[in-house]
Amino acid sequence: MNLETAVREADEAIEAPPEPTVLAPVPVPQSTGPAPVAAGVPASGEIVIDDLHVYYGGFRAVKGVSLKIPPRAVTAIIGPSGCGKSTFLRTMNRMHELTAGARVEGRIGLDGIDIYSPEVDPVQLRRVVGMVFQRPNPFPTMSIYDNVVSGLKLTGRKKRSELDEVVERSLRRAALWDEVKDKLKQPGTSLSGGQQQRLCIARALSVDPEVILMDEPASALDPIATLRVEELIAELRRQYTIVIVTHNMQQASRVSDRTAFFTMGDDRAGYLVEADDTVKIFTNPREQLTEDYISGRFG
Amino acid sequence: MTAATLAAPSIAARLTGSRVGRRRKIVDRSMRTLAFGAALLCAVPLIAVLYFVTANGLAAFSLDLITKPPKALGIGGGAANAVVGTAQMVALAALIAVPIGVMAAVYVGEFAERRSARLVRFCADVLVGVPSILIGIFVFTFLVLPFKQFNGFAGAVALALIMIPVVMRTTEESLNLVPNALREASLALGVPVWRTVLSVVLRTGLPGILTGSMLAFARAMGETAPLLFTALGSRLVNVGDFGRPMDALPLFIYVNARQPVDALNQQAWGAAFLLLLVVLIINVAVRARSWGRRIG
Repeated sequence: MNLETAVREADEAIEAPPEPTVLAPVPVPQSTGPAPVAAGVPASGEIVIDDLHVYYGGFRAVKGVSLKIPPRAVTAIIGPSGCGKSTFLRTMNRMHELTAGARVEGRIGLDGIDIYSPEVDPVQLRRVVGMVFQRPNPFPTMSIYDNVVSGLKLTGRKKRSELDEVVERSLRRAALWDEVKDKLKQPGTSLSGGQQQRLCIARALSVDPEVILMDEPASALDPIATLRVEELIAELRRQYTIVIVTHNMQQASRVSDRTAFFTMGDDRAGYLVEADDTVKIFTNPREQLTEDYISGRFG
Repeated sequence: MTAATLAAPSIAARLTGSRVGRRRKIVDRSMRTLAFGAALLCAVPLIAVLYFVTANGLAAFSLDLITKPPKALGIGGGAANAVVGTAQMVALAALIAVPIGVMAAVYVGEFAERRSARLVRFCADVLVGVPSILIGIFVFTFLVLPFKQFNGFAGAVALALIMIPVVMRTTEESLNLVPNALREASLALGVPVWRTVLSVVLRTGLPGILTGSMLAFARAMGETAPLLFTALGSRLVNVGDFGRPMDALPLFIYVNARQPVDALNQQAWGAAFLLLLVVLIINVAVRARSWGRRIG
């Protein structure tokens, strides 16, 4: 793997004229950590994946994915169970490294920096690329307040006096402030499932990420709570680069700007079939496999 | 089979006419009774111990027993030497054993590869089963012999060796109960691994760690054999001098119960009651807490 080539390629990709949707109507939140962004290149949050393969020991779970994820927009990843959607998502903030035996070949560029290069620290990367999980996982030993700022407190990055402000801002962005502002000292686990998930989103937002990865964030929620989470994604879509894995095609069509369809081959390795504007994927896909899947003839 | 040539028995005959069923019921009833009796026998020793120690010890128990040292000459006084010695040695043993046990559990549960984890776990389980007198002899050879002096520090180390595997195993079990989702949530926020282990994993498993430590504490408090070759015992109240012999409640009981003087035997009963009381309170308090958690 040649790092220089990777960086140059990714740089060229960034210098290309941005699509209209890229322009953020609200100020881009500033990254507090020493994010490895190349000097002179404004933080945009574009992700360029180049020929990515993921292995678990000898088993190849994902093969040959090349995909450009536009900044400040929602990209949905859909596909049948077991096609490597979640695995692929986790390579984007190197969470897959927590699984023994998991390894990656290929490149992922974030604003032109190869996130697998030796200079990139996975801990720093995860402060820039946040994650929301399938099941709400607030810390059971912490209050609502402490849950929101846990990322800051546990990394010692904020003064106590600033925490109040971060809590309110994060909870407002996660559309949870009005429901919990009077009980911030209660345990995070005292909330309903849907509220817990929005609390987890607030927690992810509190560390000022550029990218938010969501791994089926509504699959454990009831329909009303799901709707709230989807509304929230719609509100966040211009401020963050959002990548959402979902098995719910209606959800993908409702919340995303772009959709990538994955499926798996005969060797059980997942691969990307096609990626396009969500409207195009759901009305007029290029590939027969995609059409079969979205029209329910597969999986 | 001849049955094949005969007419099949009616359903009514098949449902009611079974002699085998009747025999099975008799065996069932007697086996159940036996199992119940065995279960009862498990509870009897505890009740018997509680009864005899209380019946004999309550009368001999008084505030003097805790506050007064044995008389320098003759008979009388209390067990203050033993109370103070036990408190100091068990406290020092906990100071040694809890950090080591918890850190070993963190290594095994969070960082070790499967094979080395299994090895450490196996060693801990074997250490729990090592006769405690052997631990006493082992500590004797390197903390008593070189100094030619029985001492409280050696006693504390011997007790710590008893406590370490208990603390380690209970801590490891409680860390195993911490959901992986919490580790992932923390790491995905860019929290370093060490901080995740400290503030999320250990913090969430803290009730279990405390439970294990308290049970190990109570266990060490009642150990006699490891102290025979190490702390030895002493009729003097030894506050803070770990380089000299110290007494302990089990040693006090052991020594005084063997004297041909009824007053000393009574003191042994009183000390036994005190020891039982403290150990029982710790056990019941710790277990009641975990009952409450399971229900609530």
